[in-house]
Amino acid sequence: MTYIPKPKIAHPSLPRNELGLTRRDYEGSLSTLCAGCGHDSITAAIIEASWGISLRPENLVKLSGIGCSSKTTAYFVGGAHGFNSVHGRMPSIAMGANAANRDLYYIGISGDGDSLSIGLGQFCHAIRRNTDMLYIIENNGVYGLTKGQFSASADIGTKAKKGEVNQQPPIDPVLLAMNLGAGFVARSFSGDKAQLVPLIQAGLEYPGFALIDVLSPCVTFNDHEGSTKSYQYTREHYEPAVAADYVPFQREIKTDYGAGEAVPVMLHDGSRVLLRKLTEGYDPTDAHAAYDSVQQHIARGEYLTGLLHCRSTTETEFHALNRSPDQPLNGVPFGKLVPGAKALEKVLARYR
Amino acid sequence: MSAVPSRVNDFAIKIASVNGTGSASANTLLMKSIFRSGIPVMGKNYFPSNIQGLPTWYEIRVSKDGHVARSGKVDIMVCMNAETYARDVREVAPGGYLIYDSTWPRPALLKRDDVTVLGVPLAGLCNDNFKGVRTRILMKNICYAGVLAALLDLDLARIRELLAETYAKKPALVESNMQAIQLGYDYARAHFVCPLPLRVEQMDKTAGHIMIDGNTAAALGCVYAGATVAAWYPITPSTSLMDAFKSFADKLRVDPETGHANFAFIQAEDELAAIGMVLGANWNGARAFTATSGPGVSLMGEFLGLAYYAEVPAVLFDVQRVGPSTGMPTRTQQCDLLAAAYASHGDTKHVCLYPANPEECFYMAVQAFDLAERLQTPIMVMLDLDIGMNDWMCRDLKWDDAWKPDRGKVLGREELEKIEKFHRYVDKDEDGIPYRTFPGVHPKGAYFTRGSGHTQFGTYTEDATEYQIVLDRLVRKFATAKRLVPEPVFQGSGDTQAAIVSLGSCDGAIHEALDVIASRGVQLDYMRVRGFPFGEEVEKFLAAHEIIYVVEQNRDAQLKSLLTLETRVEKSKLRSLLHYSGLPVSSKFIVDGVLADLGEGRRAVTGVAS
Repeated sequence: MTYIPKPKIAHPSLPRNELGLTRRDYEGSLSTLCAGCGHDSITAAIIEASWGISLRPENLVKLSGIGCSSKTTAYFVGGAHGFNSVHGRMPSIAMGANAANRDLYYIGISGDGDSLSIGLGQFCHAIRRNTDMLYIIENNGVYGLTKGQFSASADIGTKAKKGEVNQQPPIDPVLLAMNLGAGFVARSFSGDKAQLVPLIQAGLEYPGFALIDVLSPCVTFNDHEGSTKSYQYTREHYEPAVAADYVPFQREIKTDYGAGEAVPVMLHDGSRVLLRKLTEGYDPTDAHAAYDSVQQHIARGEYLTGLLHCRSTTETEFHALNRSPDQPLNGVPFGKLVPGAKALEKVLARYR
Repeated sequence: MSAVPSRVNDFAIKIASVNGTGSASANTLLMKSIFRSGIPVMGKNYFPSNIQGLPTWYEIRVSKDGHVARSGKVDIMVCMNAETYARDVREVAPGGYLIYDSTWPRPALLKRDDVTVLGVPLAGLCNDNFKGVRTRILMKNICYAGVLAALLDLDLARIRELLAETYAKKPALVESNMQAIQLGYDYARAHFVCPLPLRVEQMDKTAGHIMIDGNTAAALGCVYAGATVAAWYPITPSTSLMDAFKSFADKLRVDPETGHANFAFIQAEDELAAIGMVLGANWNGARAFTATSGPGVSLMGEFLGLAYYAEVPAVLFDVQRVGPSTGMPTRTQQCDLLAAAYASHGDTKHVCLYPANPEECFYMAVQAFDLAERLQTPIMVMLDLDIGMNDWMCRDLKWDDAWKPDRGKVLGREELEKIEKFHRYVDKDEDGIPYRTFPGVHPKGAYFTRGSGHTQFGTYTEDATEYQIVLDRLVRKFATAKRLVPEPVFQGSGDTQAAIVSLGSCDGAIHEALDVIASRGVQLDYMRVRGFPFGEEVEKFLAAHEIIYVVEQNRDAQLKSLLTLETRVEKSKLRSLLHYSGLPVSSKFIVDGVLADLGEGRRAVTGVAS
């Protein structure tokens, strides 16, 4: 629980990105989570993803609530601005921050407790409002910091470490997000960095609300036999449906598959996400079909993964509906914001 | 007191009607026409938490001396609601007048020999002259305004002028409304001796003044303070503040060329989200605010604690209504004083401002944003329903075009470039206020904001010393706040034995009460506190007086508690005058309370509505 800074020593031969920064420059303080925690792998994927797209650290805003997952914002991109808020309320902080400055990247890290129980309302409304942010749920089906209670994502029949069997139906964030109209809905696994990194990159660039539900086993409280969120169970019941490749703007597209198989989804800045179908007949751009498919897999106890649904929602993004200026609101000069003495006199005429 | 032969420009009218029947338009019309005649006037609306069909009252006080509070007395009662007729009849002061709709007889209830009863067949007149059920109901209300115009000697041309302004886009309505006015006017002139001894006469005491409610004035203040993010969840009686902000911003903040809105207006899913958005936006360098009422303040508690500890600016308008719990949402009280000052768990204290009227709402709104950024903490602007939703006559709002916002201690790109390392919570200037940065400005500006234990360098800690360094600095910052909040307002010689201490909307009633009490030979000093934490000026006043009447509108003497907890005052000196009926406090209540205590020995006086 203590703060342990990492020594900043970078080997001169470490590869550098367009900003001249190494992967080490995207690290944060040392993780204090349990050894083997899935969350640390997600942290590593975020570091890799941010480095890969040459994100300016100070342009990244990291937001979180309370829980093991929420602690991880301290463990990546130390040069970013972090805001560790209160339990389940991160989305509202993100909305306010984004309203003030639409130019920055917003990444919210949450957990299944933080998002699906105490914060379910805010999670849903962030989607409704199409807040431009990447929202990652580090989903392990269990409350870690309070030592092993079931969370709202625990499957029926899953067994707690002490033997109790969960009998309440789970809330699935992927189905919920699709239901609420989210335009970027993905599921992944903390153990699949190759899948996770491009998803994070695409999610960061996606203009609107992007969700990645990452199955992230809790080694201490939910990695035993009988658990449906253990490493072993997840590996055995894990089916990648759609591979996503994030292709930054103006960069040459290098793919090892034919153009016919890949569906590009354009992002606002000209960059795009290439969706590659891995499952026969799966169409990630069709929300209804994607929903059905995800639901059928859940019924079979399987996790369909990848960028399960992606469509452009630029026109409903918060600032589009708000008619915000291109310039961030926090940068509009006061001279433009304050109407002045003459205007006040005019206003007062109505009250005489 | 019995009727005085002539009471020109000095009386109170109360109109009892049913909500949702258009009586509000008639009442506003009456009040504004008196205001435009240059006569100081007060209007207070006592309405139900309901959309249509329940009793509602409107009180207009005409006061040549400029008193802005309830007198506690009704001289003319207009009974438009059969349901409340019996109690309305009882409320008229002896020698007063009672106007009722005589279309249907109500003999059993008319038994009052000490008031003059004036029956007008309002429904009958309107049924004969207008078509359609809804129109007839609406016109019946406009019609009583016509009756009052004749009885009080109001200028019909002025009424027409007001109608023309209101219905500028619907000229047909001007004519139909004017017809209803004329029906009532002519009937009254034909059947009664007009005008009554209680009547109006042109004055020139309203020049340079406006009639405005506090929510509107506060919203205007937010526009002028440069607020760009407004997040809220609808709750009576604060909603009209946000509505007003939106309406002003739509006119004053939209770029005419691009159509871009230089503000974000976010209706949140609840109060928790609303304050969360306000924190997120302020943290990110925008001026952001919310408006709410007691239940909302309760819900916002956790976030307010975070803002206090993580030092995030925020502006919150608490338009107080009657508690506890849901209470009476459309009635007024000053019952969140403690809840706001100490909102949230742990050692938490908040800076509060206490405007007394809409004029102060405007200026304090602007000041609240400056203070929030200067002190990096939430600022609670404590209105109440009486200030927020009633129209008050106040001086013209002024704006100095040379005004510059105080953004507080913010390190920009150039400053960050020069320093070696930025530490978020270090007290460099020894005033308890650290420096902050905004995201995206400079790589050196990055830091981690958290509600968990942190060191002065912004890192996580569970170390006792490191934790206490930050917590103790927050105490120093609060001490700095004492010097920055608005100073109290004093009245009197400063050397009387007894004094009144109060805040907010009690002010009008206290001013009038002091005049009355002085006329009985008792001089009292008066201090109105305008900010929390209390500064040295407050301490001095409390120390200088032996008997201090603390006048406030709640049951539990919350201001007295705050004074006891947060100043050096001796508790036994403080005596409470507590008004918590849900109606705005009247001057009579204060006069009676003070005189009773001074006259009949030393006892605290509490009471119900009068």
